[in-house]
Amino acid sequence: MATLELRNVNKSYGSGLADTLKNIELAIDAGEFLILVGPSGCGKSTLMNCIAGLESISGGAILIDGADISGMSPKDRDIAMVFQSYALYPTMTVKDNIAFGLKMRKLPPAEIEAEVARVAKLLQIEHLLGRKPGQLSGGQQQRVAMGRALARRPKIYLFDEPLSNLDAKLRVEMRTEIKLMHQRLKTTTVYVTHDQIEAMTLGDKVAVMKDGIIQQFGTPQEIYNDPANQFVASFIGSPPMNFIPLRVQVRDGQCFGRLDSAAGAPGQACCELPLGAAAELEGRELILGVRPEQIQLAAAAAALPSLRAEVEVVEPTGPDTLVFVSLNQTKVCCRLAPDATPQVGSSLDLQFDPARVLLFDASSGERLRPGKRQATDNKVAQFKLG
Amino acid sequence: MTSVSVAQRRSSDVLLPPGEGGAKRRMRAVSLSRLAIHATLILACAVYLVPLLVMLLTSFKTPDDIRSGNLLSIPDVFTVIGWVKAWDGVGGYFWNSVKITIPAVLISTLLGALNGYVLAMWRFRGSQLFFGLLLFGCFLPFQVILLPASFTLGQLGLANTTEGLVLVHVVYGLAFTTLFFRNFYVSIPEALVRAARLDGAGFFTIFGRILLPMSVPIIMVSLIWQFTQIWNDFLFGVVFASGDTQPITVALNNLVNTSTGAKEYNVDMAAAMIAGLPTLLVYILAGKYFLRGLTAGAVKG
Repeated sequence: MATLELRNVNKSYGSGLADTLKNIELAIDAGEFLILVGPSGCGKSTLMNCIAGLESISGGAILIDGADISGMSPKDRDIAMVFQSYALYPTMTVKDNIAFGLKMRKLPPAEIEAEVARVAKLLQIEHLLGRKPGQLSGGQQQRVAMGRALARRPKIYLFDEPLSNLDAKLRVEMRTEIKLMHQRLKTTTVYVTHDQIEAMTLGDKVAVMKDGIIQQFGTPQEIYNDPANQFVASFIGSPPMNFIPLRVQVRDGQCFGRLDSAAGAPGQACCELPLGAAAELEGRELILGVRPEQIQLAAAAAALPSLRAEVEVVEPTGPDTLVFVSLNQTKVCCRLAPDATPQVGSSLDLQFDPARVLLFDASSGERLRPGKRQATDNKVAQFKLG
Repeated sequence: MTSVSVAQRRSSDVLLPPGEGGAKRRMRAVSLSRLAIHATLILACAVYLVPLLVMLLTSFKTPDDIRSGNLLSIPDVFTVIGWVKAWDGVGGYFWNSVKITIPAVLISTLLGALNGYVLAMWRFRGSQLFFGLLLFGCFLPFQVILLPASFTLGQLGLANTTEGLVLVHVVYGLAFTTLFFRNFYVSIPEALVRAARLDGAGFFTIFGRILLPMSVPIIMVSLIWQFTQIWNDFLFGVVFASGDTQPITVALNNLVNTSTGAKEYNVDMAAAMIAGLPTLLVYILAGKYFLRGLTAGAVKG
């Protein structure tokens, strides 16, 4: 149980090169599960290596339990790490692999024996203790790698994409197990992944990274519902958020965005989306962000107005049916109930709550939060068919 | 399955005359190529083995037998007199060679392993350049270093000593052993070293406990390579050693090239066999590791 704090951490390789990490500010409480997520090359693994002490930082400080550890060597930081490639010692048995760190710390043999037994029981690998890593399956190697990290009872666990070498089914199983393990042990954990589902399901806190900068840091729900910019919005969520270009029009002092599916009768094929009375939006190009599950089949009873669009592709996934239509010449994914099985080429009446959509600046991708947007109820009333 | 075999039969019907002629023809073609392969291999074997056979046969003959018979004839009487005389002549130098070769092989292999470990796992600024320059050592001809080496040995007070010869062999062999180990270690994931560092292992612990146990194939390559090089070396032996410290290769040369008395071919052959046996033995015992290790190093490099 330890807190972890990163203060203005910077990392660069050589003066001529761009910084790998820029002003990283993070703090998590004892027992929290932090996810570092981002596309490859975003610096998340570098940041983890910096926390582990395998790479030095160029500026800032890393604090565990309030004490600055940025100058310490890896072994003195009381950190254990699970590697993507597992990095099991191939010439040692599973037992020796787990015991190695304990032996290095000069624990008495009886204690080592007891600790290995405890970890093996915890991970259900007791029957594998006598084997070499080469004789284990991928999932078993993964367990041993976790066992090696668990054995020392460190202050912080680091996981570097631990599930990416497993097949899809095993990955889901191990994900649940890691979560279960964390719930039981309550050890502070930092977990690097590029998989947004792992980020959403495992983390107490998520830091979304790109180009060495933390784009957003918050709980999974905050990141999902209230993304800071278009990158975060596109990275988290599967299928990803739809981004529809809009040009803001003004009528009677109110801003509108026009959506057009170019299908069906003119009265049904487009609608105008109220954007409030924010004068700063006037005439600007915006990106409208709508999550696929926010788009629903129009129900007669609902107060939300609808828009008719032609079905271009249907992808039944089992729990949902994904339907793709075009709005403003952009492909838009709608996540519909599995019993909705529209035919390709047919028309659907779709609707979504204009209060829940997000707006982004078309050029910078920054989130726009027009100050004078009104409450949902008023919005619905203003929503007009075009 | 059925449709495939039908299709195959049809296609073969088109290509070959009906009946079993096609199958027979294929059999004959196979056995002909087999025959060619075996004939080539046997010929190659003969080319390499006949000189050995001649040496063995000659070493067990009496000098009279050698003068009268032809090279490949079986000895009239088997005698080990040639071997006994040969051992008397070169036996002492045999032990010289052992005393030179074993330390030189072990030291150069160990240092090469350490160098390779550092160059692959603990890269420092300029380590690639360092490795590149070190590779020049592999292309240096023996003759080029004779003068500088003898000067250095003289300065160190090691001229004409076994230790001096060991030093020369270690230094000359380092380029090769470093190359072997470095190329072997770059194929080992760096995460292994990182994991060990987090586990609390230091520089030498990681080397001794984790990397060396994995290195058996490349250690074998290095041992065989260095053993062969150093045991068979003549030039360094003749230049940097004299009298009682000379290795067996030099002694063999002296023995065979003596101009006094009648040529005792049986003794020459036996002495040559004695000089060559250790390398032969090393290949037989560790040869499979040699091939395996060479390819292991070659995959990534």
